[in-house]
Order: sequence, then C-alpha cells, then structure tokens
Amino acid sequence: MTTKKTLVVIGNGMVGQSFLASLVASPIKNDYQIVTFCEEPRAAYDRVHLSEFFSGKTAEDLSMVEPGFFEEHGITIHIGDKASKIYRLAKTVLSEKGVSISYDKLVFATGSYPFVPPVPGHDRPQCLVYRTIEDLEAMAAAAKNGKVGTVVGGGLLGLEAAKALKDLGLKTHVVQFAPRLMEMQMDDAGGAMLRRKIEELGITVHTGKNTIDITDGKHCTNKMVFADGDELETDLVLFSAGIRPRDELARDCALHVGARGGIVIDNQCKTSDPDIYAIGECALWNDKIFGLVAPGYAMARTVVADLAGENASFTGADMSTKLKLMGVDVASIGDVHAKSQGALVYSYQNGDNGIYKRLVVSQDKKQLLGAVLVGDNSGYGTLLQYCLNGIELPENPDALILPHRSDESVGLGVDALPASAQICSCYDVTKGAICSAIEAGCTTMGALKTETKAATGCGGCSALLKSVMDCELARQGFEVNTDLCEHFAYTRQDLYNLMLVGEIKTFGEFLAKHGKGHGCEICKPTIGNILASYWNEHILEPEHLGLQDTNDTFLANMQKDGTYSVVPRITGGEISPDMLIALGQVGKKYKLYTKITGGQRVDLFGARVDQLPHIWKELIDAGFESGHAYGKSLRTVKSCVGSTWCRFGVDDSVGLAIELENRYKGLRSPHKIKFAVSGCTRECAEAQSKDVGIIATENGWNLYVCGNGGMKPRHADLFATGLDKDTLIKYIDRFLSFYVRTAGRLQRTSVWMENMEGGLDYLKSVIIDDKLGLGEQLEQQMQHVIDTYQCEWKTTIEDESKLKRFRHFINSDQQDDNVVFVEERGQIRPADANERKHFKLLGVA
Amino acid sequence: MSWQDVCSIDDLQPNSGVCALVNGRQVALFYLIPVGTCHAIDNYDPFGHANVLSRGVIGDINGQPVVASPLYKQHFNLQTGVCLEDETVKIPVYASRINQNRVEINLQESGNEL
Repeated sequence: MTTKKTLVVIGNGMVGQSFLASLVASPIKNDYQIVTFCEEPRAAYDRVHLSEFFSGKTAEDLSMVEPGFFEEHGITIHIGDKASKIYRLAKTVLSEKGVSISYDKLVFATGSYPFVPPVPGHDRPQCLVYRTIEDLEAMAAAAKNGKVGTVVGGGLLGLEAAKALKDLGLKTHVVQFAPRLMEMQMDDAGGAMLRRKIEELGITVHTGKNTIDITDGKHCTNKMVFADGDELETDLVLFSAGIRPRDELARDCALHVGARGGIVIDNQCKTSDPDIYAIGECALWNDKIFGLVAPGYAMARTVVADLAGENASFTGADMSTKLKLMGVDVASIGDVHAKSQGALVYSYQNGDNGIYKRLVVSQDKKQLLGAVLVGDNSGYGTLLQYCLNGIELPENPDALILPHRSDESVGLGVDALPASAQICSCYDVTKGAICSAIEAGCTTMGALKTETKAATGCGGCSALLKSVMDCELARQGFEVNTDLCEHFAYTRQDLYNLMLVGEIKTFGEFLAKHGKGHGCEICKPTIGNILASYWNEHILEPEHLGLQDTNDTFLANMQKDGTYSVVPRITGGEISPDMLIALGQVGKKYKLYTKITGGQRVDLFGARVDQLPHIWKELIDAGFESGHAYGKSLRTVKSCVGSTWCRFGVDDSVGLAIELENRYKGLRSPHKIKFAVSGCTRECAEAQSKDVGIIATENGWNLYVCGNGGMKPRHADLFATGLDKDTLIKYIDRFLSFYVRTAGRLQRTSVWMENMEGGLDYLKSVIIDDKLGLGEQLEQQMQHVIDTYQCEWKTTIEDESKLKRFRHFINSDQQDDNVVFVEERGQIRPADANERKHFKLLGVA
Repeated sequence: MSWQDVCSIDDLQPNSGVCALVNGRQVALFYLIPVGTCHAIDNYDPFGHANVLSRGVIGDINGQPVVASPLYKQHFNLQTGVCLEDETVKIPVYASRINQNRVEINLQESGNEL
C-alpha cells in the first residue's frame, strides 16, 4: 500500500484556487492528500470584478469555486483559519485555530495586502481599503452615513474602487500622487484623455497630490491635507495605492524574500526551500511582483507541471491589459513609454469622440513594441498579437490606429498568426490547440469553449476565438453553409431585412422574389414567424395558415397521441379564486388532465381538435385569453409575491410582471421568450435564468438578460442597474425588437448573445448607448406589435371560416378512435400500446 | 372498389391538409394551389403512432412533394408514401381526383391522377 503525500496550499484566493483546479485536472492529483487554508470567511472569489458587488452581484455570484468542488476532489479546506507558523525542519504547518498538518510539499498563495501610506490619520474612522468582500461591506456601511468618498490612488485598482464609491451614490474624488492616471499603463496624452472621460462621469480627479495629513473635517468626517496646501473634505477615504506581497509567514520561517518584499522564486516557482513553492502576488520572480491574475495562473500551472516531473518554467508574463473602467475602454500593451532604444511613436487623437491611440514601434518600423488605447479598444487583439508574436508590421504602421472610413480592412488576419500564438491568456490556449480541437470535431463556439476552455475566463478573447474558428473551418474545407434551407439561400436575419426593405407581407411574395420551389417545414414557419413578428396579422389568415406548425395552426400544443393541451394566460401567475374555479370547471367538463406549469399557470391536456373552440369559448367567457404557449412568442412573466405581502420585498414584483406580460403578450419571436420579476435580491422568481430577468433593489430595478434554464442553462448577464420603470421598459422594448431582428432561426437569447461579436458590451452599446441609432425604430416596432395585439383565440372563435379546420374529419362527426385514455392518479392519460390491447379503455369522451 | 365522393374542394385548406373518413379509413388530403392538385395519403404516422399527418406542413424536398410529420418531423413523399429519412418505411397512398369541384378518392388504386 502506498501512502499519499500531503500537499498544503496556504491561501484560497484566485491563484490558490486556480492551482487547485489545475492540480485536480492533472494525473498527479492521486498522489496527494490536499489541504488548503483560507483566511477569509469564504472560499475563492473573483476579485477582479469586485466592484460588481455594488452593481447587483452577490458574494455567490462572484465565487470562483464550482459547488461541491472540495468534496468531489477530497480536498480539505479550512475556511476562516489562517496558517500562522511553518516549521520547515519538522515540515509542519500550524494554523491560528490550532490545526497542525505535516506536509511533503507546500505552496504559498497568500496574495497581497493593500498598501496604506503612513500618512498621519490614515487609521481614522472611515479610512478603508478595497480588497475583500468584507472591505466592501465596510464601505457600504460607511457610505450610508456619508456623502463624499475619496480614493487615494489613480491606478487600475483605484479607478475600479472609484466606480464602487460612485455606485454607492457618493460624490467621488480620486487623489493621485503621480502626474497622471494609471501612470504605469498610460503616457501623458493617454492619461489626460482618460482623465477627461472619467471626469465626464462626474468623478473629480486630482493629480500630483501628496497627502500629508488626514484630520477632522468641517462638513465631512475627514479632511485630507495636501503638500501644496490644498484641502479636501471627505467622509470616506479609500486607500488603493498599490499592493504589497503577503510574505510575513515566509519571513518568519526564514525563506529568502526580496529587499522590498516578495517571496523569491526561481523559474519553477520554487522558493529557497525546494519543497516550498510560491505563486501569485506574494511571489517575487526576477525582482518583479505580478499584480495580475494571468501570470499567477501561469505560475500555478508551472507548479503543477513541476510536481508532475514535467519540464516547465515560468518565464515572466506579458503585462498588457485591456479593460473597461466605468464604461471607458482602456488598454495598454508592452513598452508604452517608448523606453526601448530608438523607439518611434505614432499617435492619433480624436477629441470629439474621446479616442486616443499610441503605437510604439522599433527603429526599423518592423516590430510593434507597445501601444496605448483609450476610448476604443477594438484594435487591442490585433495589436497584442503583433507585439507578442513579433509579426512584421505593415509598411505604414499608423494604418493600425488611424480610423478607416472605407471598406479596407487593416486588421491582422488570424491566418497570419503562428500556431504558438496565445489566443486565450486566462487558460493559456494557443491557436494550435484551437485548430486541433476544430479538427477533432468542435465546429461551434460552444463546443470549442467546452473542449479548450478558451474564452471561458474573462471572455475578452471570444471575438478572436470566433475568427480563428471561422478561418480554420474554411481552411479545413468545412463548408459553412448558412442557408435557411434549399428554398432560400439566406439566413433568418437576411430574410428579416429583405422583408423590411421590400415590405413583403406574404410567403408567396417571399418565394417569388427571393426563393425557389414550394417551401418546406423549415422556411414556412420561419417566414410565418418573421411576418407575424413585424406585421402582426392573425396567423390563421388564409395566406398565413399553411405556414404554421401544427401548434400554431390549432393554437394549442400537440401531444404524443395527437390531442392538444390548452394554456390560458395567467399574467404574473396572479389568479383569483373565481378564475381558478372557472378553469377547474372547464377541466372537469371536458375531462382534461390538469397540471401546474413551471411558468406559474395551468396546462389542460387531452383536448381533441373539435373540443378546442368550445373549451376556448368557455375560457374567454370566464375572462381568460390565449397564453401563446403554442407559439414562438412571449410565454410567461413569472413573479414572486413581492413587497405587497413579503416581509423582505423591496418593490411590487407582481404588479410589474403583470404590466410587462400584458405589454409583450402576443409578440412573435425567433424562439420562445420567458421573463421573471423578483421583488428583492433573494430572487425567488429565478429571474437570472430567464431571457429577461428583473430584480428589485433599493435603487430601482436591475435588468438581467439572456439567461436560460432547460437543456443548456445560462446565468443571465447583468445589463443595467437602478432603473426606473420607464427606462426599464424602454430597454426591454429595444432589446426584444433587436433580438427579433437579428437572431437566427430558433435561436434563444442566450445563444444569440454568445454568438454576438462583442457580446454583452456590444449589446449594451446598441440598447443603452444607441450606438446604431436604431433605438427609436426598435421602440416603434414594439409599439406597433403592442397596438395590434389581439387574443388569437377570441378572433378565431368569432370567425366561422377559421373554425372550419377544428374537426378531426372534414366529412364526418366521428372521433379519432386511436385517441384513448386510461386513468392514473384520478386523472386521464394516453393509453400505451399494451393497454390498448388488454384494458378496458375510457374511450373517447 | 371504385371512386368515392368525399367532400367539396371548399372543404380543403389551400397548401395545407385536412383529414377525411373514407370507408373507415383516415385519409389525409393536401390541396396544392395554384396547380390545383390534391394528394391523398394515410393519416397515420408510423413513427409517432398517431393519426396526425394531415396536420403536417407540406412542401418540397429535392423536387419531391412531401409532408413533414407534426410529431417528429419525418418527411413522407406525397406521391409514393416513402419516408425520406428511412426508405424502408412506406405509408399507403391513395388515388385522388377533383371532379366538378368535388374531391374523389379511390382506396384501391395507388398513385395519383390529376
């Protein structure tokens, strides 16, 4: 019997967790008993997106740990317990709570702490830091009693922190010691443009300010005093002036540390003790501390490889960054300050649109050494690939940053990238790995992401991944055929646009102008749906009837035995006892099987075609209307009971749900659409699993989009926060109309979003910023659908000609003798083949 | 057996299907306009085991007139009854004709006239 060795990981932050994830994915996981200490009261979470805590995300949303991860892999985690002592001779770790573990291998992933300058008064009340969820909770508490907040530090993290203060509703200042914002990543002009854009958002920026004292304020809790004599009154002071490695434990056990801190490591991430490694922000490699997650992840992979006896080295990391700070695009690549010998600089500045771009190129103009982008990050991927792969620049390098107003493309074709080019930096996926996965059969974005993990970290590379995929598919000879079917050599989106331009109103006109043959069960319902979503004529009009799937034709849902189910609309899931009784009476009279649906309504099964109009006559008389459960259209707006009754409710979720359901009912769309509204962040309506989800907060409605349950669940993305009802409805109008216009056939909003170039940011720019100038048109399009709404069943039962089809035989009143039921749990169900032979059947009602 | 009168062409649905009862047999009738032909096939879906084919969407695939089952979307050739997805499966096809605005079916003959 072999005994397992023990591996102890100190720290369960982003890098510590990444190490564990890499380790359990490696065959050597079976060699080790794994133990980890986590000082914080919760396991690893996403610190990079910490500010989203104030725009609606919860600690759970930010978690980086899959549910059940530690149990599944047999990892012992000591949460809320800090490793406090290491005895290297005895190879033992002792914790604050008294846990003692003997280790064979030890990994430091202790991270860093925020640097607080030793200014007098730095420990006064409401002087805080920004690193953990507990820090955020302290900020939120402090913000309740204050009006003004000031961040000390105008670097990347400081500006993130400023966003957090602004989200908390404080008048926000940023105080920066250096002469410009983000002094490491920006040159003077870039920093100035960034400053202008940040100030446009209502944040006051003070640069070149050296804080010398913090004392009592007159109007606010605190007053900051600067070396130049200026003063600033503020309630909250938030220090974000850089990080310092957490190396105290390593010092204590006499590992080598750097002069300015950091645990010294070699290329295998080993410390001065060969059984101890250090990774992430606590580690000092080549006299450098890496304050980004990607290098930390690379170190984590190196340690796993080294433990496995593979030849692996950490050889430094590219510190290029691309991010969106409060909606402002910022990116920096390589040598931004043109420190390289003979470097040449090109720059482009557009004061009107707030865009600044700078290129640093080698003396021979062949290599890109660095770049700065503010206000427009679109060229980042291309520039980064030029820089990292040493690809020769075009003859005029400035073409890469000058706006191109014709059709010429100056982007770097993905063809030009070598196989070794890194596409996804979070998971270190190369172009070569992606191409192999495509060759092995991953021919969709979804399959590629699952197989290679590319674009599943920060998601920044998804557009690039898509280009690599398209290009490689074409190269490997896959024909990417996007034709709808043999009758129309167009996509659904193309057909939609053709309808708009040609004002086409019937399938016949479509076929004559743009198609061939007679159509099929693909193109007919698709075009029927497009026409209905725009013109909104009754789908059983003679020219549309033949286009509809059977469910739409009979305005009910066909079940396995050819009978139908009936679902009346119950807006927001709210129903009076009288209506409930009416529903029960109909179910009883027609002997229907009744079941509550997931969308908070009632489904009545087992209705024959000839019964449908009778059933609906009674339902309509009782005050019901069609629930459109049969259509590719808005289904339900689910709601929790909300502030009307609930002790915790923040706003009236039922009221909003009913209003929204009544607004969008009847809208035909590429696929079904589901909504939900929750009255508080407890989220009882499960809004984050819907196409459109709304959650009430103290500051207004938070809007989530493109979630999905079902076969491929997708958590919805937070789209906008703190909205009033009018703005909320405006955004949903635009969102739905844009979806109807641009989605593929039978494409749910989740897949639509995942395939959209630019993803969530692009969608926001279209809906919120109205980048395409379509906003008004999209709203009008929705208004037309709302104005022309009709209950399809009401119109149908009032029109004799439409009722003709609702009988099984055109020439007889007999019933389909194949439809037979048996009883189960006091209700009917279709008989199976065996029962038809051997049992007394309930027969046709 | 001979030609039987079933219904008026006004009872048919243009470019869609209805079901008729002919000698106890369920017959799906599809009326194609503007050509004016009527196809008659059995209404029973051998995959879904239900009488539903008259409620399928019709069209053409590679030039063959077809109906797609509303249950699991298999295509059946309206002239031969052969399933396009599984050629070992063939459903009955009946002769049909339109005579002075009346639809007539001959259950014995297979194949189509007019």
